[in-house]
Amino acid sequence: MVHSQIRLSGRVIRAGCGAGPALVSSEPLGFLGGVDPDTGLVIESNHPLEGMSIAGRVLVFPTGKGSTVGSYTLYRLARNGLAPAAIINAEADPVVAVGAIIAGIPMVDQVDISLIRTGDWVEVAGQEITLHRSEAR
Amino acid sequence: MTDHSLPLLSPEEEAMLAGECGPGVQRAMEIVVALGRIYRAHRLLPVTSVQVAGVSYRNLGEAGLEFLSEWAAQGARVRVPTTLNPAGMDLSAWRELGFAPSFADRQLAVIATFSKLGVRTTCTCTPYLVGNVPGSGEHVAWAESSAVAYANAVLGARTNREGGPSALAAAITGRTPAYGLHLDENRRATLRVLVRCPVRTLSDFGALGYLVGKRARNGVPCFLGLEGASDAALKALGAAMAASGAVALYHVIGVTPESDRPDLLSPDCEPFVVDELSSAYAALNADAREIDLVWFGCPHADLEEIREIAHSIGGRRLRSKLWVTVAREVRELAAKEGLAEALESAGGRLVSDMCVAIAPVKELGLRTLATPSAKGAVYASSHAGLKVRYGSVEQCVEAAVAGRWPG
Repeated sequence: MVHSQIRLSGRVIRAGCGAGPALVSSEPLGFLGGVDPDTGLVIESNHPLEGMSIAGRVLVFPTGKGSTVGSYTLYRLARNGLAPAAIINAEADPVVAVGAIIAGIPMVDQVDISLIRTGDWVEVAGQEITLHRSEAR
Repeated sequence: MTDHSLPLLSPEEEAMLAGECGPGVQRAMEIVVALGRIYRAHRLLPVTSVQVAGVSYRNLGEAGLEFLSEWAAQGARVRVPTTLNPAGMDLSAWRELGFAPSFADRQLAVIATFSKLGVRTTCTCTPYLVGNVPGSGEHVAWAESSAVAYANAVLGARTNREGGPSALAAAITGRTPAYGLHLDENRRATLRVLVRCPVRTLSDFGALGYLVGKRARNGVPCFLGLEGASDAALKALGAAMAASGAVALYHVIGVTPESDRPDLLSPDCEPFVVDELSSAYAALNADAREIDLVWFGCPHADLEEIREIAHSIGGRRLRSKLWVTVAREVRELAAKEGLAEALESAGGRLVSDMCVAIAPVKELGLRTLATPSAKGAVYASSHAGLKVRYGSVEQCVEAAVAGRWPG
């Protein structure tokens, strides 16, 4: 096994520290009707993450989409203990940004998310992001 | 390179962000600053009024209610005059109208929470008809897309399209980030609309807005050929453009306050000719015959519109339900004029505080609807899931009398 470590930096949208396995989507994610606040599962049909749990993961996606009420879905996930450990976006949108703030989820944007793979162990601390990756030789 | 120093904050704003005014204000300032960062605003602007959306329990759910309650419990209170969007039911006549007590209980809890936050619980999408009337050039933070278009275009005030939490954050801090339509350079026209067909009725203005909103998206249309448009016509036009597109500001040459600025047209302004409205009428009409509900008042009706509806009914009995949604204060004025009684004796009614598009209308057994509002037609179909007929006020009144769409 080869262990590698990659450091990235972004722009803080909601300051904080969080760590967990990355869950990466190449597609934008909407929270109202896109994620079930009572299970933490992505429920949007045909979404690349459909059926997966975002709870405790470092959730990585290009940007948000959909209704402004989606901010409250993030709050509900946090109240249910199902929030992501952190959110990383290529470009933040107001709905997810406001959701991260009211839910207290660390969030960073302006990151080259193509460098992050699902399963990487990711630590977010303020604007600093550290990826830990283990690969078979 | 990312610039973490923007927006620049005044000492008072820094204090709010640092929590010196309590956790409720701190959270609100975090939202305002984050939005400023996302939109690269250089500073924050004081706002003179706020319109808050996200009121219907059907949209908010328990999560939204919990969040608002927590914010209120943290001591957050609005610092500037703040009015509220419609709810999912008439706050006093909900039982007569058939709303379930379980829904009413949660909806009233939402309203009580907004009240605790210091919001005037006007429950209307037309705050400018109940005393929230910002002057030309004033910076405000309004949610409710039709009110945003009216404030920017007709009143000449300045606001972006705010969402529920961002508008409330602006009310609690008294600030909004300086970006978008707060800045002169973004208020120039991007689409020159040449109107070359007759636009007479309110539904014609809605149909025109429907076509232009689709083309303009989030741009700034400028209309030539609409001289003499009334405030009610502009209300219908702007609401339609904000529903079919994301238009937040428009200009009408010879009518709206900023239409005489010398640099009105931006350099990349494109022309758009409208020579027929029939394609909009076709797009907004579904194949519905029997009409369960005829809905006027999207956005909420003013007195003149109510007079016109009562006049068209002319004392006849109605077969369909007929609702005119209005602000509570406008309903009281209409009652003084005898208009409420005229409608009720025909079998219709003035309904206040609510919007049909965000109400649980299917639970009331409604399946089909007729309206002269293009915005109403769009959302009653897409959001409330009803089959919709769209036509003039007269056609809609005839539909209510006959119980079916005419023709």
